[in-house]
Amino acid sequence: MIKSNQQIWRNNRFIGWRPNFWDFIALLLLALVLTLLAWGASQMEAPYLLGQPLPISLSVSHLPMYALRSVMRLLIAMLLSLIVTFVFGALAAKNKHAERILIPMVDVLQSVPVLGFLSITVAGFIALFPGSLLGPECAAIFAIFSAQVWNMILGFYQSLKTLPKDISEAANMLQLSSWQRFWRVEVPFAMPSLTWNMMLSMSASWFFVVACEAISVNNQTILLPGIGSYIAVAILHADKVAIVYSIITMLIVILLYDQLCFRPIVYWAEKFKYDLTLDEKTNRSWLVDLLSRTRSFTLAINYINSFFHVLLTLRFGNPYKAEKHVSRPVNKHIQVVATGAWYSILFVICTAAIILLFRFIFQQVPFNEVGGVLLLGVYTSLRVLCLIVIASLVWVPIGVWIGMNSKVLGYAQPVIQILAAFPANLIFPVVVFFIITFRLNIEIWVTPLMLLGAQWYILFNVIAGTSSIPKELHYVTQNFGISKWLWWRRFVLPAIFPFYITGAITAAGGAWNASIVAEVVGWGDTILVSHGLGAYIAECTTRGDFPRIALGIVVMCLYVLVFNRLLWQPLYNMAQKRYSIN
Amino acid sequence: MEKQILIKVSKVKKTFKQGADQSLLVLDDVNLTLKKGEIIALLGRSGSGKSTLLRIIAGLTAADGGKVSYRDQAVTSPVQGIAMVFQSFALMPWLDVMQNVELGLEALGVPRKELRKRALKAIDTIGLDGFESAFPRELSGGMQQRVGLARALVVNPDVLLMDEPFSALDVLTAENLRNDLLDVWQQENRPTNCILLVTHNIEEAVLMADRIVIFDNNPGRVLSNLSVNLPRPRDGEAPEFRQLVDQIYRIMTGVEDILSKTLQPLDLGYRLPDAKVSELVGFMETLLEEAGNKQIELSELSEDLHYDIDDLFPLTEVLGIMRFTEQKHGGIQLTMAGKKFAEADLQERKQIFAKHLLGYIPLARHIRMVLSKRLHQRVSKKYFLAVLEDYLSQEDSERVLRVVTEWGRYAEIFAYDDSDGKLSLENPQ
Repeated sequence: MIKSNQQIWRNNRFIGWRPNFWDFIALLLLALVLTLLAWGASQMEAPYLLGQPLPISLSVSHLPMYALRSVMRLLIAMLLSLIVTFVFGALAAKNKHAERILIPMVDVLQSVPVLGFLSITVAGFIALFPGSLLGPECAAIFAIFSAQVWNMILGFYQSLKTLPKDISEAANMLQLSSWQRFWRVEVPFAMPSLTWNMMLSMSASWFFVVACEAISVNNQTILLPGIGSYIAVAILHADKVAIVYSIITMLIVILLYDQLCFRPIVYWAEKFKYDLTLDEKTNRSWLVDLLSRTRSFTLAINYINSFFHVLLTLRFGNPYKAEKHVSRPVNKHIQVVATGAWYSILFVICTAAIILLFRFIFQQVPFNEVGGVLLLGVYTSLRVLCLIVIASLVWVPIGVWIGMNSKVLGYAQPVIQILAAFPANLIFPVVVFFIITFRLNIEIWVTPLMLLGAQWYILFNVIAGTSSIPKELHYVTQNFGISKWLWWRRFVLPAIFPFYITGAITAAGGAWNASIVAEVVGWGDTILVSHGLGAYIAECTTRGDFPRIALGIVVMCLYVLVFNRLLWQPLYNMAQKRYSIN
Repeated sequence: MEKQILIKVSKVKKTFKQGADQSLLVLDDVNLTLKKGEIIALLGRSGSGKSTLLRIIAGLTAADGGKVSYRDQAVTSPVQGIAMVFQSFALMPWLDVMQNVELGLEALGVPRKELRKRALKAIDTIGLDGFESAFPRELSGGMQQRVGLARALVVNPDVLLMDEPFSALDVLTAENLRNDLLDVWQQENRPTNCILLVTHNIEEAVLMADRIVIFDNNPGRVLSNLSVNLPRPRDGEAPEFRQLVDQIYRIMTGVEDILSKTLQPLDLGYRLPDAKVSELVGFMETLLEEAGNKQIELSELSEDLHYDIDDLFPLTEVLGIMRFTEQKHGGIQLTMAGKKFAEADLQERKQIFAKHLLGYIPLARHIRMVLSKRLHQRVSKKYFLAVLEDYLSQEDSERVLRVVTEWGRYAEIFAYDDSDGKLSLENPQ
């Protein structure tokens, strides 16, 4: 009996190790990817002196290499983000003292404009690695990292906090060590949310990859080899052909990323889904299909699996112990003192940081300049609000139409996914060209630039909302013959409201970030500057005026936070309470 | 010969904190011994603290007083030798059947080869062969609980704790799994020496256990200790079996009789049972149909309605307090008012219900009084929650207020607007 069991079980894993045709294809793919990555990494540590111009060639043959360098930065940043997520997410979920400071901090950091990080840190990183390109590289990677990491930490933390009680108790009863518990129970449980957030972050960070490579600081422009620098140089030379080339290259890169990275990971993450149903349609991926058809890869993956298996089941850390309400008085004493010390230190650090920041800013910036900066913030806020309204008017009807039409939905979804990942700043030159040619008002026409990247979030969420409306409700509206206007007002709009709000919040966040690159644009020798907080920060960065950069970023943070707390949060809460269907 | 004592629970006490200085006593002075070779059923209503006691024995929760020992060693954390099966199965969805079963052995550091052998044996014993590589989501509830059982049995536990293991399954599947478990139990040289089964299903307890420990609510403590000496396999239709079931009903409702006989005036802190108006009404209609104004046995009623005690007792408790029914010796009958209610039409019913609600439920009376004193007759529900939290935990306060709000809305003695969270006397336009 037992023997036959073993047979069945073995059948699943060891089909035989002789390679087949698919092995060959997969091996080629793997070798290619590995070689490219290794080469890209070796280029990073090139010698470099500040002020030394980095030659960026506009010839097409260099484009694949530049694209590769950009992808490298993205991947390194993602790896960093993952590590930070595991460490800080777990820390916040397990220690309530850490939680109290970490979670609000992440929440605030989320609203700091990503490109602000770049402006502030680039000088520091250059000083850290003198005479090497590693400094600017690190600054760029750090900025990309800060575009990715916050929602990952929050998502991971929330997953750990919502680990079902029975699963946690089962793990305790099995006496898993804390290391085993983390890797065998907690991380797998968080996996769907983690992969989802990773994918969101990756999509959003293409924009910043492009924006971070051409850094203007201290009246100098550092051009890191990459697709972002390529387009910056193309803009400088007003080279239309090069712009088209870079757009095409980026499309190819994102297509490849979608096929080789996004889909396989989403497919793989399916098995970690907690709600135990079979019916859901699974996402297919040809890469996974290919790899699972290859014998050698199946075998190799089994070996890698068993290696990780051994690593992840090491018995580090103590198993769970039930806590008593009353601990021993000595322990309690020490605990109180330690907690007190921890909060006092935090308080001192925070106060010191605020004082330092104020002194740093206001030693050089006269206090009455603050009013002007606040006014600039109003301009940018108006742009952001206009853009949300315009995007909603355009995309809500279209999104509803797509969502209702399952045939269209099948085609539209992958396309929109790619469009959402596509860095909008590559399209900027095209729009700017029009602005210049038709002599349009710069104050108004930079708004579409900010809209370019942000609109997809609204469309995406409206589609998701519409397609999740239960069939029965559609039947009801048909049955009662509910007509057009009533149908929108009483049925569709309320039903998609929670989704729409989520989309609008994300779009607004994206727009604030985009304002730093969108409010100052150029084409050849012409530079167009509109009035706004983004332009203020961008100009100060170019001049290397650090106190004013800090002031601009602080003000922008304030605006984003105020908007979140006073507008978006209440709307979101109302949407969840009143309009969510379940 | 005296049987060996495996687990000894003495004077265990457990309180849950409620708010700042309130606490709820869930277990009070509980004593229990588990001996070698026994299946013991811990029977009680939900909220009687039986699951808490199980978790204290498992080492998952610490007691506030008293002691639990396993083979003369104090239990303060999960120990080797005690395994547990969960109501919700608690399988890791990302591991296949084989990996789920192996997980506990891995934690113990069992070498890889032996681990596989033991897991396969456990899977075989519990009838899961062929499903080794299946993921939990592919399995039915019954098969999932088999995995839960295999995971517990593979570590060769001395004591097996089961927390309502069959209550999430349909009737037939539960029956099937119970029998299979009994078969495993009756095998020779089994490693497991004792099973403690928590349940609220009286028939399940009589079917499986050698000894039934009946638990009382508020606070939880041992009410009665019954030995079951029926030969196995037991027949659920046999007269001795039915007698035992009726006896247990009498014991469990006997307490209720005492509670309603003393008729101590209830206060605001009375924990209203979670009973829906539609269920209360339906129950009274059924009583009228089945028995008129004669008495009917609760065990018979529970079988007819397919209600177990957790469904049934909240209804009988509320109806007793509101003087719609009377209970005696495990039987129940409608009062005059109850009969009148069951025969009335919709509007009349509402009036009768309103009268009894205001007459016998102090909280309803209190809410009505507060509302009528206010100028605009609108008061936030937070106000009443604060009042309730003097007596109850936050969670219970919210539940109790939700229940009384539903009753009050049905009886039209007050209204509630969820968008601003205010209770009022006005009727919606």
